[in-house]
Amino acid sequence: MNCVLLFPIILPFITAAAALWLKTDLKRQQQISLLGALLHCGAALFLLSTVSRGGMIAMQVGNWPAPFGITLAADHLSVILVAVTGILGLAVVVYSRSEIQAHVLEGGYHPLMQILIGGVCGAFLTGDLFNLYVWFEVMLMASFGLLVLGREQMQYDGGVKYVMLNLFSTLLFITGIGLLYGMTGTLNMADLHHAVATVPDKGLLTAVAAVFMTAFGIKAGLFPLFFWLPVSYHTPPVAVSAILAGLLTKVGVYAMIRLFTLVFIFDIAWTHGVLLIAAIFTMVVGVLGAAAGNDFRRILSFHIISQVGYMVLGLALFTPLALTGAIFYLLHHMIVKANLFLISGAARRAGGSFALGSLGGLYKNNGWLALLFFIPAFSLAGFPPLSGFWAKMLIIRAGLEIHAYFAAAVAVAVGLLTTYSMTKLWGEAFWKPRPADASAEDGDVLQRPDIGMLLPIAVLAGLTLFIGLMPGPFISMAEKAAFELTHPEIYVNAVMGIVP
Amino acid sequence: MEVVLSLLCGIMAAVSIYLMLSGNLIRFIFGLVIATNAVNLLIFVAGGLSEIRPPLIAENAEFPTTPMANALPQALILTAIVIGFALLTFIFILFYKTYQSLGTVDAESMRVSEPLNLYQNPDQNQYDPHHRQISEKLFPEQAKAGTS
Repeated sequence: MNCVLLFPIILPFITAAAALWLKTDLKRQQQISLLGALLHCGAALFLLSTVSRGGMIAMQVGNWPAPFGITLAADHLSVILVAVTGILGLAVVVYSRSEIQAHVLEGGYHPLMQILIGGVCGAFLTGDLFNLYVWFEVMLMASFGLLVLGREQMQYDGGVKYVMLNLFSTLLFITGIGLLYGMTGTLNMADLHHAVATVPDKGLLTAVAAVFMTAFGIKAGLFPLFFWLPVSYHTPPVAVSAILAGLLTKVGVYAMIRLFTLVFIFDIAWTHGVLLIAAIFTMVVGVLGAAAGNDFRRILSFHIISQVGYMVLGLALFTPLALTGAIFYLLHHMIVKANLFLISGAARRAGGSFALGSLGGLYKNNGWLALLFFIPAFSLAGFPPLSGFWAKMLIIRAGLEIHAYFAAAVAVAVGLLTTYSMTKLWGEAFWKPRPADASAEDGDVLQRPDIGMLLPIAVLAGLTLFIGLMPGPFISMAEKAAFELTHPEIYVNAVMGIVP
Repeated sequence: MEVVLSLLCGIMAAVSIYLMLSGNLIRFIFGLVIATNAVNLLIFVAGGLSEIRPPLIAENAEFPTTPMANALPQALILTAIVIGFALLTFIFILFYKTYQSLGTVDAESMRVSEPLNLYQNPDQNQYDPHHRQISEKLFPEQAKAGTS
C-alpha cells in the first residue's frame, strides 16, 4: 500500500522517457506530456488523500531497513507540497501548449519539464539526506536546461549566474553532508534526529548547521544570498518562469523546514535566531526591490524573495502556530506566484511587452485578464478574504503570541509595501491608457490570450479564491503538518517502523 | 594522515573560492573542478581513515569476522563524482554558448538580463562610464539606440 509514495516520483520520469522517445513528433510529445502531468496530478492528490486519512507513511526502497537503505517518507508537509506540485505541473504543461515556441520544444522542453517535476517531488518525499542532494541535482540540471533553451542572450546571461550560485550551494550542501556523516555516522534524517543528540561537541554541529543553512538559503533566496534569482527568473519563457517561481525556491524552504525541525534543534536560540534576522532582511529587501522594479516579471521575482522571508520567519519563530503559518504560506504562495507569472505571459501577449512603460490599457481591452490578475495579486498582498490574508495573519499572530513585536511589525509593513508594488503593476499595466508609441516587441502581433493560457490561470485563481473563502480545511491540514513537525518522534517512528 | 588531507582540503577550497570569485568564466570552471575535488576529499576524510581490511567478506561467509573499513563514504564520493562530471560537461557547453552569444567570458560585463538603464531611461548609464564602455563594446546597436 505504501507504494503510492512512489508514483509522484516515477510517473514524471516515465513521461520524460516517453517524451524523449517521441522527440521528432512534437504534437504527440505534447499530448504525452499532458497525459503524464494529468496522471501525476492525480497520483499526487491521491497521496494527499491517503496521508490525510491514514496519517504519515514511509517506505523503504529495496526493502533495506531504515537507517541503511533509502527511505521515502510522506508526512503532511511533504504531501501538501507534492499535491501543489502536481497541480502546478498540470497548469504549466497546459499553458505551454499556447506559449512555448517550436525551437524550444525541439530542444527538449517537455522531457526537461517532467524531470524537473519528478526531481521536485523526489526532494519533497525523500527521508535521506544524501538522496535529497541527488534530487536537488536532478531538478537543478533540468532547471539549467529549461532556463537557456530559448538561446537568447538574456537567458545565457541569467543562466550563467543562476548556474554559478546554485552549483556553489550544492557544493556547500554536500560539504555539510560529509561533515555531518563524519560526526554522526548516518544520513537518514529520522536516524539523525537521535544521532545528533549523542554528538559531544555541539559547537561543531552548530557550524555544520550553518553550512546547511547557507546552502538552503541560496536555494530559497534568503538575504543576502538571493542574487541569482532576480537575474534569471525573468529571462526564460513564461511557463518556465512560472514553474521555477512556484517550485524551486520552495524546495529550499522545505529542506530548511525539514532539517531545522527534525535534526538541528539542539541550539534553537542560535540557529533560529540567525534565521529570524535573515528572514526580516529578506522580507524588507525583497519588497524594496519589487517596489523599484519596472518589469512585470522582475517585480514578481523580487516578490518571491520577500515572500520566502515570511515562510522562513514562520520557521524561525518556531511555535506550532508559526509553523502552521509557514506551511499555509507555502501552499498559498506556490499557487499564487506561479499564477502571477502565467498572467504576466498573457499580459505580454495582449500588451506586447513585459516592460511596464510599454504596457497599458489591459483593463479596458482584456477585462477578464484584469479580473484574473486581481485575485492572485491582491491575495499576495494579503487582502481579505483572499488566501494571502490568512497566511499573513497566521504568521503575524504567531509573532505577537511570543512577543516578537518587531518581526510582526516588519511583516505588516512589508505587506503594505507589497500592496504598493501590486497597485503599481495594476496601475501601469492594466489601468493606465496604452502608450501611443508602444509597439509589440520582436514583431509579435498583439493578440488576445487564448483559452490554453486563460484556463490554467482561471483554475489557479479559482483555487486561490477557494482557499481564501474556505480556509478551514487547509489551515487544519497545515496544523496537522505543524503538529508533526513539532513532534519529530512521529516522523522518526514512522520511518523506523516503530509502533508507538 | 588526517591532518595532511584536511590541510590539503582547506588549501583546495581556498584556491577554488579565489578562482570562482575572479569573475572570469574560465577561471570559474577551474575553481569548480577544484572545489568538487576538495569536497570529495572532505567526505573521504570526514568518513574516517583507517588501516584495516577492505570491506570484502570471505567466500561462503555471511558476516565479516574482522573489523572492516566503512564503504559508505566511498559510495557517496562516487555518486558525487558522477554528478560532478555531468554538471561539468553542462557548464562547459553553457559557458561556451554564452561566450558565442555574448562575446565575453567576464561575468562583470554581462549586463543583458539586468540592464543598467532601467528600461524607461536609456540615458541613465551615461553617469557610469565604465559600464557604458563595456556595453558599447558589447552591444553597439543598443548603445547607439540608447543615445539617439
